[in-house]
Amino acid sequence: MSARPGFPIPVPSEDSAPFWEYLRQGELRLQRCLVCATFAHPPRLMCPECGSFDREWVAVSGRGTVYSYVVTRQAIHPSFEGHTPYATVVVELAEGPHLTSNLIDVAVDDIQIGLPVEAVFVAVSDEVTLPLFRRA
Amino acid sequence: MENFRNRVAIAGVGETEYSRASGRSETRLALDAILHALDDAGLRREDVDGLMRWSVDTSGEAEIASNLGVRDLAWFGEVNQAGNVGAALVAHAAAAIAAGLAHCIVIYRGVNGRSGRRYGRGEVTGRRGQGAAAFTEPFGLLTPQHQLAMVARRRMHEFGTTSRQFGWVAVSEREHANRNPRAMFYDTPLTIDDHQNSRFVVDPFHLYDCCLETDGGGALVLVSAERARGLRKPPALIRAAAQAGHGERGFVDTAAISLAPRLWAQAGVGPDEIDVAQIYDHFAPYVIFALEDYGFVARGEGGPFVEAGGMRWDGGVLPVNTSGGHLSEAYLQGMNQLIESVRQVRGESTSQVEDVHLSFCDTGIGTGAVILERDR
Ligand SMILES: [Zn+2]
Repeated sequence: MSARPGFPIPVPSEDSAPFWEYLRQGELRLQRCLVCATFAHPPRLMCPECGSFDREWVAVSGRGTVYSYVVTRQAIHPSFEGHTPYATVVVELAEGPHLTSNLIDVAVDDIQIGLPVEAVFVAVSDEVTLPLFRRA
Repeated sequence: MENFRNRVAIAGVGETEYSRASGRSETRLALDAILHALDDAGLRREDVDGLMRWSVDTSGEAEIASNLGVRDLAWFGEVNQAGNVGAALVAHAAAAIAAGLAHCIVIYRGVNGRSGRRYGRGEVTGRRGQGAAAFTEPFGLLTPQHQLAMVARRRMHEFGTTSRQFGWVAVSEREHANRNPRAMFYDTPLTIDDHQNSRFVVDPFHLYDCCLETDGGGALVLVSAERARGLRKPPALIRAAAQAGHGERGFVDTAAISLAPRLWAQAGVGPDEIDVAQIYDHFAPYVIFALEDYGFVARGEGGPFVEAGGMRWDGGVLPVNTSGGHLSEAYLQGMNQLIESVRQVRGESTSQVEDVHLSFCDTGIGTGAVILERDR
């Protein structure tokens, strides 16, 4: 278990509970429409493409590239004092959807758009495991 | 169906001083601003029959009405997003007046944005990892600034816009603020090197890409155009006012991609006909992105446009944020820019553009905009 002081722990909701439960079991699964196969992330009740309520949770590769990133160099909230600089990335998964996350093994000044990455699973509490990424 | 084009006007504007510590409550700031706006219009407290507000603010309409002595509050409401709802409120109020549901609507706010709740820290919009924020906040994307910086980085990558070009937005606005004694950065010059050498806050945003934090109040008084013509100041006719919420858009698209076609159609004019613009500059890069997504310039041309002085009052093709904007006048989330856009129509700005017929005001990077017209 790796606590992340300052970073809020996600609160699973009715829509997103399966996403977090699969992560706890070490799997990255995203919600996909059973009718038209469109991914939806963050998860929701209804498919915005075709209107279906029939959804499935599909395992994805966890591989992707850095689509964009920011580096927080000043603690703009008091809870982040002492934890800067840190980088937040948007990863474009091979399957298409975007995930917001952090990189565990890349210095903030070495991050570039297009960097290949893969998912790793890091438990932050008994209930919650986060999908983080490392250089692929 | 007939729209409200030029049938409703902003007849009065009011504001308090802008400071880092107002020394009074948010409700008191709102009331002070409302009284100034009514006086500006030549209207009395008992003329008010409508009140509208930002949902994120603290002063409810019942509290304001009971202080003002409103006799019959016929219309009230709020628009529920964040700081970006100013133009949406103008649209709602204009529609209500055009429909005869109320006759004199005041849009108001009072915020201790520096000495009280500070937007930049996520104190107003933060969700502590709940709802959709479960997918962003646990990774350190805590505030609107973080999300906007993420989009800005990708947009720099795709279109070649540079941090130095962001800096020219900040420098141009500071020039305007230095002509405006009300501005928090009056008499405080800023150079492009100051911008480039300032520390990063959320990289790619430098300190001088970021808006101020401000205590202050502001108010607008809306009545029918017909009634406005008999009041103290020349009316600022509402030629168009529209809003945009959720939409199917790409990662780098601002909401202006959705709003612009509707706005220009509603107004019956295009971007080439606008004489002066106020654009929501919570962060300097978004002035460039808004100029592009509203169609004032093409994608990728906004950076070179501001670098060439295009948004400067002194010689610019389209002067933008002529009071100093949120970067250098005050951050009243659209309110101070709506007030400045009225001043430009009246000929009252400290950086007055000559012969203004159409004055544009975006209050949230495409989530809402107003086009004001000078009465003929
Ligand atoms: Zn579907």
